[in-house]
Amino acid sequence: MLEPESEADLARMVRDATGPLEVRGGGTRAPLAGGDLTTRRMSGIVLYEPGALTMVARAGTPMVEIEDALTREGQRLAFEPWDSRRVLGRDGTPTLGGCVATNASGPRRMVAGAARDSVIGVRFVDGDGAVIKNGGRVMKNVTGIDLTKLMCGSRGRLGILTEIGLKLLPGVAATATLRAHGLDPAGAVAAMSAALGTPFEVTGAVHEPQLGTMLRIEGSETSVAYRAERLRHALAAYGEWQLEGDVSWTDLRDATGFAAPSDDLWRISVRPSHAAQLVAGLPGRWMMDWGGGLIWAEAPAGTDLRALMGLPGHATLIRADPETHAALGTIHPGSDAVERLTRDIAARFDPRGIFAGAVPA
Amino acid sequence: MQMPDPNPAILSKKAALVRRLATVVSADALIHEPQELRPYECDALTAYKCPPLAVVLPETTEDVAACLRICHEEGVPVVPRGSGTSLAGGALPTADAVILGVSRMTEVLETNYADRIIRVQTGITNLKVTGAVEEDGFFYAPDPSSQLACAIAGNIAMNSGGAHCLKYGVTTNNLLGATAVLIDGTVVELGGGHMDTPGLDLLGLICGSEGQLGVVTEATLRILPKPEGARPVLIGFDRSETAGECVGDIIKAGILPVAIEFMDRPCIRATDAFSGAGYPDCEAMLIVEVEGSDAEIDEQLGVITQIARRLDPVELRVSASEEESAAIWLGRKSAFGAMGQLGDYICLDGTIPVGELPRVLGGIADLAKGYGLEVANVFHAGDGNMHPLILFDANSEDGLEKAEALGTDILCLCVEAGGCLTGEHGVGVEKRDLMQVQFDPVDLEAQMRVKDVFDPAWLLNPAKVFPLSISAPRRAVAAE
Repeated sequence: MLEPESEADLARMVRDATGPLEVRGGGTRAPLAGGDLTTRRMSGIVLYEPGALTMVARAGTPMVEIEDALTREGQRLAFEPWDSRRVLGRDGTPTLGGCVATNASGPRRMVAGAARDSVIGVRFVDGDGAVIKNGGRVMKNVTGIDLTKLMCGSRGRLGILTEIGLKLLPGVAATATLRAHGLDPAGAVAAMSAALGTPFEVTGAVHEPQLGTMLRIEGSETSVAYRAERLRHALAAYGEWQLEGDVSWTDLRDATGFAAPSDDLWRISVRPSHAAQLVAGLPGRWMMDWGGGLIWAEAPAGTDLRALMGLPGHATLIRADPETHAALGTIHPGSDAVERLTRDIAARFDPRGIFAGAVPA
Repeated sequence: MQMPDPNPAILSKKAALVRRLATVVSADALIHEPQELRPYECDALTAYKCPPLAVVLPETTEDVAACLRICHEEGVPVVPRGSGTSLAGGALPTADAVILGVSRMTEVLETNYADRIIRVQTGITNLKVTGAVEEDGFFYAPDPSSQLACAIAGNIAMNSGGAHCLKYGVTTNNLLGATAVLIDGTVVELGGGHMDTPGLDLLGLICGSEGQLGVVTEATLRILPKPEGARPVLIGFDRSETAGECVGDIIKAGILPVAIEFMDRPCIRATDAFSGAGYPDCEAMLIVEVEGSDAEIDEQLGVITQIARRLDPVELRVSASEEESAAIWLGRKSAFGAMGQLGDYICLDGTIPVGELPRVLGGIADLAKGYGLEVANVFHAGDGNMHPLILFDANSEDGLEKAEALGTDILCLCVEAGGCLTGEHGVGVEKRDLMQVQFDPVDLEAQMRVKDVFDPAWLLNPAKVFPLSISAPRRAVAAE
């Protein structure tokens, strides 16, 4: 396994490569024992300016190191990246590079954006071993073509991320959850949409048949208490809402209810107003996040949930055996034009196919 | 500022081209008489002008595709145009280019509060998007100061920002889907009413690409519920360093203001004289605005005033009502008009790391002195986006030239401080030749590869964004 310690090392290794490289960060998603190259030694926070809400860190930096540094300054990541280890039944160390390469996000995504919305700059090594930078360390920057966005979620297909600039969010003093039980899917989505249409800044909206419908409110103690009360009133028509302090939004973020690795697991992105219709046709257990915009769905091994969708949106296969991944494709295929553009971009950034094993294109 | 020489072969086939375009759009949507082309000879970067070959103003995505297909077949450059409010010359034509304007595509296609989205044709102005939803308590967050006139198409092309980006992000963070037409007429749907795109983020790539990759004809935008209320506090300091420190301390205290505006003494004086806002005569002034219920606002303003008091402000004025808020904002909102009263000016748009503010302001003052010019600074202090306004006399022989040279030096200073050339106006032609200050050749090569994929013949807005010397080989191959 190649373990470059610097960007220059990495660039040389890619230039020297004669065939495809399987690249991993902390090994949470890549095959357990496999991989030709890891970024884990290119680690560390390069720059952290709490007063500017910005940070720059190397791609191999463990997420826990970043989150610890932020916590010490009372700050956090806006996009609340989910940790795939529980549902995948894996260990390993989630890294910033992996998080950005998969455009990870959690419940706050619906209001604060995904990883791509918080990433303000990247450095990466392309398939020819060239070191390319884009964006930087400031949060308002429209200089040139936005390759930073292109790299987010590109799953290693165009190059290996080495350094990432992030925009941050202040932390909060208090978090509370309003919960109602017994809502059907349509009622739950209606309640969540109504809540998200109020000015009371709901930052989490999850519905699961057993757990109920949950709305997260974050802020100062007095502000949370005030908004919870206003929301409870505003949503009275939808159900009986209780204020709870002990709901684990980390467990909801990581979909730990789907941890038992028996069935396939999908993440489906649709319009919230289509969510109830979608879950009515699902063959297994499901949970709504993002106010209905994200649906976690279990399905018997090998089931093609995309064929069942029949709605605009997309479905990502999160957990399945390698044969199912190969047969159905991990990510939702695009239109012919999108597929062509994707292939052509990959061919320009990686003409030798060094990263051809990565998922898109 | 140099533009490529027009291709004589294209100029000579104007009549034939106009005949072909006339088969797609109606006669009144096809402009080709010299005197009628004049309104399209420049955008808001009025120092540079050139009438285009022709202008087409299609009304549907299909007609945009048909026009592009014709230009592609004929090898004619196309300059996409929204409302023509670009300060960077993003819509500046060349004599051999067809301007494709989306100004007749202004429909709201769908408003959906359950999904918190609005779908529009991109010729609609920024303010009309908010106008379409505000009665129901919603708004569209990006608010460039040209929002009364600027089109969503241009907002997407330039990834426009505004004063409220610290909390709500810029256009790319509020754009969920786009219908884009490629130069060969292919219509591509990217994203939609749902969140995130599978595969490569082509939506994120197109946003901010300055019309280099395609023409966006329809957009799905995120709309947000209006906050219960918002109120500002005005804080004056006798040193800009202290104002910078105050901004950092507010952020570090866990407050996320919706806007933090900074003005320096020349700007304070000019805006005060123009608007009668009653601003203090001090070195640096902040307007910090927070949102929420009255109690939430009071709580946040309490923290902010506590921080400010520790720094010994010369003025501290907390708004307690809508009238007081309006009075605090009055001067800031008229800043550009106030500057216009003083004479001609160039508005720059660099971004710097917030912590570098005092050093960069000092550097700007030194540079200005060297040129014998005056600079006033307004600044989105929360996100580091600076708008130095260079005052000059356009009637003097080398007035513009000197002001542009100072502008170049200031933007180089922004890059050297760890920032960038443009925070929200875009590169256009204005900053095109400075790109090598910020980027290495390999960085620009990577960006041009993307252009190669979307527009292999380099027909879309071809003389923008990339230094002419660097794009020349590609444009030459394409022209053959």
